Amino acid sequence: MKYALDGNKAIAYGARLARPKVVAAYPITPQTPIVEELAVDIAAGRLDASYIAVESEHSALSAVVGAAITGVRVFTATAGAGLALMHEIVGVAAGNRLPVVMGISNRSLPSPWSLQADHSDSMAERDMGWLQLYAASAQESLDLIILGYALAEEVRLPVMICQDGFFVSHATSVVDVPEQEAVDAFLPSFEPGEVVLDPDNPMTINQLNSASTFTELKYRQQKALENALGVFQEVGAKYDSQFGRKYSPVQCVNCEGADMILVTLGSCFGAAVEAAASMNKEGMKVGIAKITLFRPFPYAAVRDALAGTGCVAVVDRSWGLGSEGPLSLEVKTALYPLQQRPAVYSFIAGLGGRDLHAGTFMQTVRKARELDAIKQIPTGSIWVDCKEVTA
Amino acid sequence: MTTLEKPKLLSSGLTTCAGCLMELVARTALRVLGRNTVVLTPPSCSAILTGYGDETGLGVPGFQSNLENIAAYCSGIQTGFHVQGRDDIHILAFAGDGGTMDIGLQALSAAIERRHRFIYICYDNEAYMNTGIQRSGGTPLGAWTTTTPAGALVGKKNIVGMLLAQGIPYLATASAGHVKDLEKKVAKAAKIDGPSYLHVLTPCATGWRFPAKESVNVAKLAVESRVWPLLESVNGKLRLTKEIRKPRAVEEYFDCQGRFRNLDAATRHELAVSIDDNYNVLLQTQELQK
Repeated sequence: MKYALDGNKAIAYGARLARPKVVAAYPITPQTPIVEELAVDIAAGRLDASYIAVESEHSALSAVVGAAITGVRVFTATAGAGLALMHEIVGVAAGNRLPVVMGISNRSLPSPWSLQADHSDSMAERDMGWLQLYAASAQESLDLIILGYALAEEVRLPVMICQDGFFVSHATSVVDVPEQEAVDAFLPSFEPGEVVLDPDNPMTINQLNSASTFTELKYRQQKALENALGVFQEVGAKYDSQFGRKYSPVQCVNCEGADMILVTLGSCFGAAVEAAASMNKEGMKVGIAKITLFRPFPYAAVRDALAGTGCVAVVDRSWGLGSEGPLSLEVKTALYPLQQRPAVYSFIAGLGGRDLHAGTFMQTVRKARELDAIKQIPTGSIWVDCKEVTA
Repeated sequence: MTTLEKPKLLSSGLTTCAGCLMELVARTALRVLGRNTVVLTPPSCSAILTGYGDETGLGVPGFQSNLENIAAYCSGIQTGFHVQGRDDIHILAFAGDGGTMDIGLQALSAAIERRHRFIYICYDNEAYMNTGIQRSGGTPLGAWTTTTPAGALVGKKNIVGMLLAQGIPYLATASAGHVKDLEKKVAKAAKIDGPSYLHVLTPCATGWRFPAKESVNVAKLAVESRVWPLLESVNGKLRLTKEIRKPRAVEEYFDCQGRFRNLDAATRHELAVSIDDNYNVLLQTQELQK
């Protein structure tokens, strides 16, 4: 059935269809409508779950971790500074291999304060052991929540579904919402893993470890994340066969034979497509590689997607202060094993809610071409939509 | 009340300090609550119970929380059990004074406000003992710690008053020197369909600077000198569970511990007055509520 939904509603609809038993959340712009929707669902009996109206995001994630270790499916959502406050517990959820699913309406981290989107919040959590999926539309947000639960419970790792604040979270579009029966068929009822608080089978969980075991426990998390790449393909294929929408770690548009490929993450994909179409009319051949799965990073798929071109322009919607945009670092790492590598130009744009429109991408392509003509790869990222400032 | 633990829910031979009363309180609480209990400990002295690597002291399920969120984990655990129809399982949060009245206060206050069913025991050794005796909100005025080398400049936080003001269904103070009283209070807390809070004074030989064999005597002296009144509040009705009609001198309490060695006369007087005032306020409150 088709509904007009914004990204927040889409995440809430996806979460409701996944039938979590415990939802704990704290309001924060631009995520709040997700948990308002779920609170109403629970109060109205549309979702058979308990809602814990906690006093902070730190407690929100702590409460869902607590519920998860009793062996039930859980959900929470947050944004920006709320995710930063959760940071310590982000590691606890991953380290205890709990299949927590969390919706993120991306919001820039302070300071300065901003209500609006960039990926600085989720990028700060990128090495904490969660899977990170980035949705480019409300439809993707809904699908990735449902797919995310299947993935999380298969690999026993937590999953973040990220959508750009306002650009996706508050933009209404037509969303195909699957029937409950179809979702139930795709996502079986929750099976608790090995880590469960149960007086009939006592175990201590999350205790102190020494240097003699710590490394191996971390290595198991790394292996589980690497394994998640293959599982994503399987779960994605199953989702496609059941719901007719295909998800893969990297989605390519006109990458074959492209002179230049733009690499994007999140909602700016549409603007990149528009820019490429308009530049291709002028005789250029610009392709787009949209990253959906950022953690674990799909190095091989990205390498395959980009190997055939001579020039890659990566657009990061986060700062990478003191370094360069994190997406461009990953793309460079993916390409490094190749003998013949395309040149990679790193761009930063769309921070703190600045519109990342087709014009920005056209400017990006022009700048990359200009540099590529003289094969001059600058150190660090080019802040392509930055106004003139004095240092 | 049973006095033998069979089977043992807390192993012997734990690596707590000699004369540790935190361990005694944990042992007592688990004996009363039984095996249908899950225990949470924050990073603190009580983490010794939860264990290290593949070893644990607990015969019941345990979870090591973070320092500031033990009550938030309890909220989620209680709710998770509830949706599975497991309201029979006791959830015991076992945290120190720092994890309770400093960094853990927000999560504790909110979990009580939301009326989650859990038993919170604060074992109060009046400083951050696990990290090596630093001042906490539980440290009394004038007490030496490594971060108050000339004696604490401010007094102990009235966490009991704060939680009573929140309208908690069951709250009690207890002492590691009065184990029978503690047992009764744990048993009462276990019957509450909501949050319950036990604040247990656990004198610490290592941090308070007295011989390990004196632990229980110091705990008893705290009660008998009115420094640590034993009270209970059921649905807001407060009563002293042990009235101290002829108190022992507070000087005796100060003088048996190295941490008060440098108390000056003015601070001694201020402490003595506040101990008296506190006890009298409790007596009057009890009288008013009769």
